[in-house]
Amino acid sequence: MAIADRAPLLTIDGVSLRARLARAERSRKLKALGLILPLFLFVLITFLIPLGRMGYKSVVNEETFGRLDHTNQALSEWDGQSVPDEAAFAALAADLKAAQEQRQAGEIAKRINYEYAGAISKFKSITRTVSKMETGPYKEVFLEADKVWGDPRLWRTIRNASGHYTSYYWLSSIDLRHGAEGLESVPPDQAVFVDVYGRTFWIAGVVTVLTLILGFPVAYLLATQPAHRANLLMIFVMLPFWTSLLVRTTAWFVLLRSEGPLNDLAEMIVNQRFEMIFTRFGTIVAMTHIQLPFTLLPIYSVMKNIPPSHVRAARSLGAGPFHAFWKVYFPQTVPGIAAGCLLTFILCLGYYITPALVGGPRDQMVSYYVAYYMNNIINFGQAAALGAILLIITMVLYWAYNKLVGIDKMKLG
Amino acid sequence: MSKLPLLGLPPYASTQERVWRLFFYIFCGLVLLFLISPILIVIPISFNDSKFLSFPRDVWSLRWYEDFFFNDRWTTAVKNSVIIAFFSTILSTTLGTIAALGLSRPNIPFRAAIMAVLISPMIVPVVITAAALYFFYANPLMLPGESNIILNNTYVGVILAHTLLATPFVVITVTATLTGFDQSMIRAGASLGAPPTLVFRKVILPLISPGVISGALFAFVTSWDEVVVVLFVGGTEQRTLPRQMFSGIREMISPTITAAATVLITIAVLMLVTVELLRRRSERLRGLR
Amino acid sequence: MDASDGAPSGLLKNMEVRVKQLLSLTVSALAVAAVFSVVDVPKAVAADQLTIVSWGGAYQESQRKAYYEPYMKETGVKIVEEEYDGELGKLKAMKEAGNVTWDVMDVDSGHALAGCDEGLLEELDYSKIGDKSKFLPGTALDCAVGTIAYSTIFAYNADVYKENPPTTLMDLFDTTKYPGKRGLLKKPFGNLEWALIADGVPAEKVYDVLSTPEGVDQAFKKLDTIKKDIVWWEAGAQPPELLANGEVVMTSAWNGRIGNAIKEGKNFKIVWDYQEFDWDYWVIPAGTKNVDLAYDFIKFASDPKQMSQQSKYIAYAPTHVDAIKLVDPAIAPTLPTYPDNMKTAITTDLVFWADNNEELTKRFNAWLAQ
Repeated sequence: MAIADRAPLLTIDGVSLRARLARAERSRKLKALGLILPLFLFVLITFLIPLGRMGYKSVVNEETFGRLDHTNQALSEWDGQSVPDEAAFAALAADLKAAQEQRQAGEIAKRINYEYAGAISKFKSITRTVSKMETGPYKEVFLEADKVWGDPRLWRTIRNASGHYTSYYWLSSIDLRHGAEGLESVPPDQAVFVDVYGRTFWIAGVVTVLTLILGFPVAYLLATQPAHRANLLMIFVMLPFWTSLLVRTTAWFVLLRSEGPLNDLAEMIVNQRFEMIFTRFGTIVAMTHIQLPFTLLPIYSVMKNIPPSHVRAARSLGAGPFHAFWKVYFPQTVPGIAAGCLLTFILCLGYYITPALVGGPRDQMVSYYVAYYMNNIINFGQAAALGAILLIITMVLYWAYNKLVGIDKMKLG
Repeated sequence: MSKLPLLGLPPYASTQERVWRLFFYIFCGLVLLFLISPILIVIPISFNDSKFLSFPRDVWSLRWYEDFFFNDRWTTAVKNSVIIAFFSTILSTTLGTIAALGLSRPNIPFRAAIMAVLISPMIVPVVITAAALYFFYANPLMLPGESNIILNNTYVGVILAHTLLATPFVVITVTATLTGFDQSMIRAGASLGAPPTLVFRKVILPLISPGVISGALFAFVTSWDEVVVVLFVGGTEQRTLPRQMFSGIREMISPTITAAATVLITIAVLMLVTVELLRRRSERLRGLR
Repeated sequence: MDASDGAPSGLLKNMEVRVKQLLSLTVSALAVAAVFSVVDVPKAVAADQLTIVSWGGAYQESQRKAYYEPYMKETGVKIVEEEYDGELGKLKAMKEAGNVTWDVMDVDSGHALAGCDEGLLEELDYSKIGDKSKFLPGTALDCAVGTIAYSTIFAYNADVYKENPPTTLMDLFDTTKYPGKRGLLKKPFGNLEWALIADGVPAEKVYDVLSTPEGVDQAFKKLDTIKKDIVWWEAGAQPPELLANGEVVMTSAWNGRIGNAIKEGKNFKIVWDYQEFDWDYWVIPAGTKNVDLAYDFIKFASDPKQMSQQSKYIAYAPTHVDAIKLVDPAIAPTLPTYPDNMKTAITTDLVFWADNNEELTKRFNAWLAQ
């Protein structure tokens, strides 16, 4: 470098060599990036942007925004504590009439009902009533139809739901809601999701620990056997890995039943049948079976690169077999353990199919509720909020995995 | 010293060590049994004659295979699975291989971050991906109002989704082959007078092809096994084999699912053998063996 | 400097050639995929194909034999079958996306009304179906035309209870006298009514009580007493399966499903006490492209002669007065409409469920997950 500072090296056409090299380097980088670009764009357009839009769904009032404009305006001056005035009632009546013509009144009712249980039937009947009315006054008609229309909480709900954005879905995902004085917990007969997240972590944790306990010795066995035998035993690990998830779940579905092979065996041995299908136990066993190769393989590939001479050296220096294993061999396997366990834990958080088929109602994890709110209840906002929280948790763990293990180290088979 | 067998231990091993070793072998044997037996146990059940899921007691029968191979629902499902897996394999292998070639160049800026993004479809829970795609497909161009293009309930939608899920596997396997890649081989080829085209064809391609092929196999299996995305964005027309098995367990429990499972296990064995052979070939070519 | 920097620059060019080839391959693959979908789309909307959604299992099989197969034979139309668990969610999603691929559906009464309210179902033009007055009262609705009468009953495995079998609804809720798991439908629908009756509410007051928050609490409290012994089923095919496999000792079920299992040689017995009587309907989803063909099919399936066929394959009663006369008297005792079976029957309140299903389902799901 010192020489270059004094008299720059030139190429044959008189350009500085350094500039030339830099240009070559730049064009190489650009070409390499150009190769990556198609896939990057594909992932961006069909994955990252859709994930972002899902996040947007979780904070927007799709069912009501723009359909309760009159009401929203009429309630802008309201104190939030008393029964609103005639203007508010008239505005709501007008909005409901318009919505009824578009056949959208049902959606509005449904949206309000998320936050105010029981509102749906009140909305349906009042919509029918006001649709027949030409002019007001409406307030008495509403209050006469049902005393619920005098409840400020219902009106607060309507006001919140008529804006563009809402925090309802996110709050609801952690069992909170807007009360008269700020945030409060939802009533215990509606509180579900904190439990569900806790359960998801618990199941993922138990499965991770089990796969480690079962997988570590087998990885050690495979890594220390002569190649031909190890390859043979490897089939036992790899065949499940290559077999369809549905097949493995089907297998457990068949195995765990009350009259299934496992219970037949139990009856022969201990003369008793156990309840296994549609239980937490069944879910964890099936998930452990499916995840075992994911924990085992990274540990195995680390172990394979530990020279056996290390332990032999420790032994020859006088260490006992267990001491040598624990102090010399085991610490070297820790990166593999971290990689395998973290991967399994992350993948476990997203389980859906297996718990849905072999678990009971109290064993369903977050993904089940995302699917349930998407496909059965058709509450897209709730599904999106539940999914967004799970996504954030997963991304944090993925980031940790990247820091700890490095995505490059991920190996398949 | 002890009557216990040596079990591969050096002759100076203590009794305690041998007992431990014995225990270790038994434990590993049980774990391997745990891994393999659930898969094998489905096979005899598929030859059952009864309408309910149990071991054949007296009569063995192929009736569930007949149902699997000749019933419209199952044959359509197989056909759909093949079509979707075929196209998503081609797409993901192409995209993934090109990207892997780029990623394995030296000094790529933000390499780790780019890699993390490209791998992320494998990490994000499939239900979330499926939900996000469902919203996206309802209006892919993000135009205001009702969209004219809808990818839900179309083959293209399912194929694109499976391509997305499968590319990480291709990227991983191909980059893995390229990291072990000895650059001096290229120079050796060039110094012996081979033009670059020849070097590519004779040196690089044979070296990365095992990675590409096993990546393609992974991609195929990913699509072939996938059920959640199909549940969300697929319609009646796109009903695939796993989707059919899913409703087979949930909605109309029929032992045909065990016949289907047996067929799938056979395919898995074939895949496993192919990948193993490829891996060995790759290691041999790269001189790792 | 990295070793690869020594790579000849021509190599890059060469890779580009490769890349171009790969790209053109991608493009052609996309083109082929597009062609595939284009080829397939007209097939889906073409007039010679009809997608019919029903409840799966033995029920769908009876429809296949009584309607689908004869219809396909007569008209050459291809019927594509789909099964579901009675949720209109997917339909709503399809309608929102503007891409309804279902042409005809079989729904229960709560959904027939709710679906009509929410604009999910086509309003029916009875001139395209048949004489409206010939259908039993309450089965010719604005958006739905009745196809069968079914009922929710509970059944037990007679191999388990050889002596002193369960005979009343109370026995379903009595886990001391009849220990063991029982199956129930994973919905509030039907279960809440039974829970109240088992708790001593008179049958005719059930819906009045259930309309109050206290009544709902009471029903859930009663269900709490057997909650840990319940195996939940979602699809109609599951209860006979659960019974046959010993997963449960007794289970609620739709009577025809149990009837068919008995025909297949299972030793099951039906308890008709407080059977919950209800209708199933044909409906046309709003937004389907095959409306005319859908009408044609419903007209075919509502023809008395055709309708009377279904009872042969499953123990459900027809809704057309002329079809009832054509049903084989030998199978009458297995039908929910048989007088002996109707003694304590309760009739599902459609309006109640159309209004309250959403809320009660929400509460039910929270209760399940706790």
